[in-house]
Amino acid sequence: MSEMIREDGRKFNELRPIKIEAGVLERADGSAYLEVGGNKILVAVYGPRESYIRRLLEPNTGVIRCRYNMAPFSVDDRKRPGPDRRSSEISKITADALRPALMLENYPRSMVDVYIEVIEAEGGTRCAGITAASVALVDAGVPMKDIVVGCAAGKVNDEVVLDLSEVEDKEGQADVPIAIMPRTGEITLLQSDGDLTEEEFQKAIDLAMEGCMQVSELQKEALMKKYSTE
Amino acid sequence: MIYVEDKNLVIPGQILADDEYYPGRGTFKEDGKVCSSLMGLVSLRNKKIRVIPLKSKYVPKKGDVVIGKINDVRFSMWDVNINSPYSGILPAFEVFGRDKKELNKVYDVGDVLFLRVIDVDEVKKAKLGLKGRGLGKFKGGIIVDISPTKVPRLIGKKGSMINMIKNKTNCKIVVGQNGLVWVKGDDDMEQLTREIIHTIEVEAHTSGLTNKIKNKLCLAIDGELPVEETDEEFVLEKPKLQNFKEELEQEEREKAEAEVQDDAGEDGGSEEVEAEENNDAEDKPNFYDVIKELKKKSQNKKDKNISYSDNSNNNSFILNNR
Repeated sequence: MSEMIREDGRKFNELRPIKIEAGVLERADGSAYLEVGGNKILVAVYGPRESYIRRLLEPNTGVIRCRYNMAPFSVDDRKRPGPDRRSSEISKITADALRPALMLENYPRSMVDVYIEVIEAEGGTRCAGITAASVALVDAGVPMKDIVVGCAAGKVNDEVVLDLSEVEDKEGQADVPIAIMPRTGEITLLQSDGDLTEEEFQKAIDLAMEGCMQVSELQKEALMKKYSTE
Repeated sequence: MIYVEDKNLVIPGQILADDEYYPGRGTFKEDGKVCSSLMGLVSLRNKKIRVIPLKSKYVPKKGDVVIGKINDVRFSMWDVNINSPYSGILPAFEVFGRDKKELNKVYDVGDVLFLRVIDVDEVKKAKLGLKGRGLGKFKGGIIVDISPTKVPRLIGKKGSMINMIKNKTNCKIVVGQNGLVWVKGDDDMEQLTREIIHTIEVEAHTSGLTNKIKNKLCLAIDGELPVEETDEEFVLEKPKLQNFKEELEQEEREKAEAEVQDDAGEDGGSEEVEAEENNDAEDKPNFYDVIKELKKKSQNKKDKNISYSDNSNNNSFILNNR
């Protein structure tokens, strides 16, 4: 079973090639660029900063706000620009996935803004977005408990596999994106779309966790690289 | 058990040490382990671990001197942008006392001021004041912004870095603890200084920076690398300070050994920061230091008088300035 080769030549537990770069934008407080397979994602972080949206602010802590946006040219058929149901959902779950890691108690009544721009999409953008966003947050100097990392697993041709590509996502039977805090292994995001038996579900989570750990190492490398070269 | 060394680069969530160490700024304790919460450099002192961030936002602290821009003029106060998630307010009575005057005739929107943080309330709103040496409105010049954590580095040990830049470029430079720097001099020198400051910001975590900057400055201004002469200049300046503060110096030097953005640098910060019109102040002990020392060992009355008269002089200076 583990000998099975997938459509793009990967093994069942193999990630797509990943490239992460921290601090790519001049004007943002923190930023990151990430490529996973055919995904290209740019994240900008601003803050903690003063916000004029008073109703969102908390008197005892800072808050995080995310915007996930896909460029019209990021997919094969042109996507109508602007927010839609899908991107509103992803914006919300990204903010929720990152929030547990942030330590904003020292910044009451402030706001951190995270802008995730998908330049090219090829499956698994929500996990890639979370991965890139946490690198950008570290780059911005926001205090954090851990660097959140996202990765998906799924079921294709009755096999549980890691890191679905766009084709596998569309033709596969299930998709389980998760985000974790790698030091403690706490799960901050767990979604499941499709049909899975209990056993398969467990297997998918284990596999995705493993994938997260691998991606986490790349995140750390990218951050260290940014500042240790000089 | 400790897992990192002094001045190591760490990232959030990295485990730094076990139970027997104390978590300082930039760290937290979880499950009996001390972890970093920031990306920055480790600073170890005894059994206390701190992480000095590479980037951060300024959070107002009582007693800091900051540079701020007037955002708004209200009925009885000015709204001041202090390059922070929290805005500052400058109440009218801090400027006029009991007198009533029109606020926008004194400071208008867009004016840049050098201020002291008098108080910070529980929602981090900063109350600002203008009482103190060199505080007031800036005329002309440019503003350069850097990360507030890099301020001690820009100033250097006992102001070595900033004094070198000042001497070389002939610019007046004032550094606020909120990461804003005011520079005034010849146009091209202002631009050069801006460049130099940005270089310092980018390379703040590297060692031997003062020399690197010195070479760069000399290359840009004289067109050649410095000879030993320039070195002597600085050596000459130091003894002046020492006459006044031999013991303090000693202490500082011990502290300063912990290099980079250390507390030693921060002390330098509060001192250096009141640079503007006080070219002669460098040979005078600074007010803050004097008070500190007075507390430590109660000196004779004469000294005390001097320090107070010093202060009142400054106030009158500010008034004249206005």
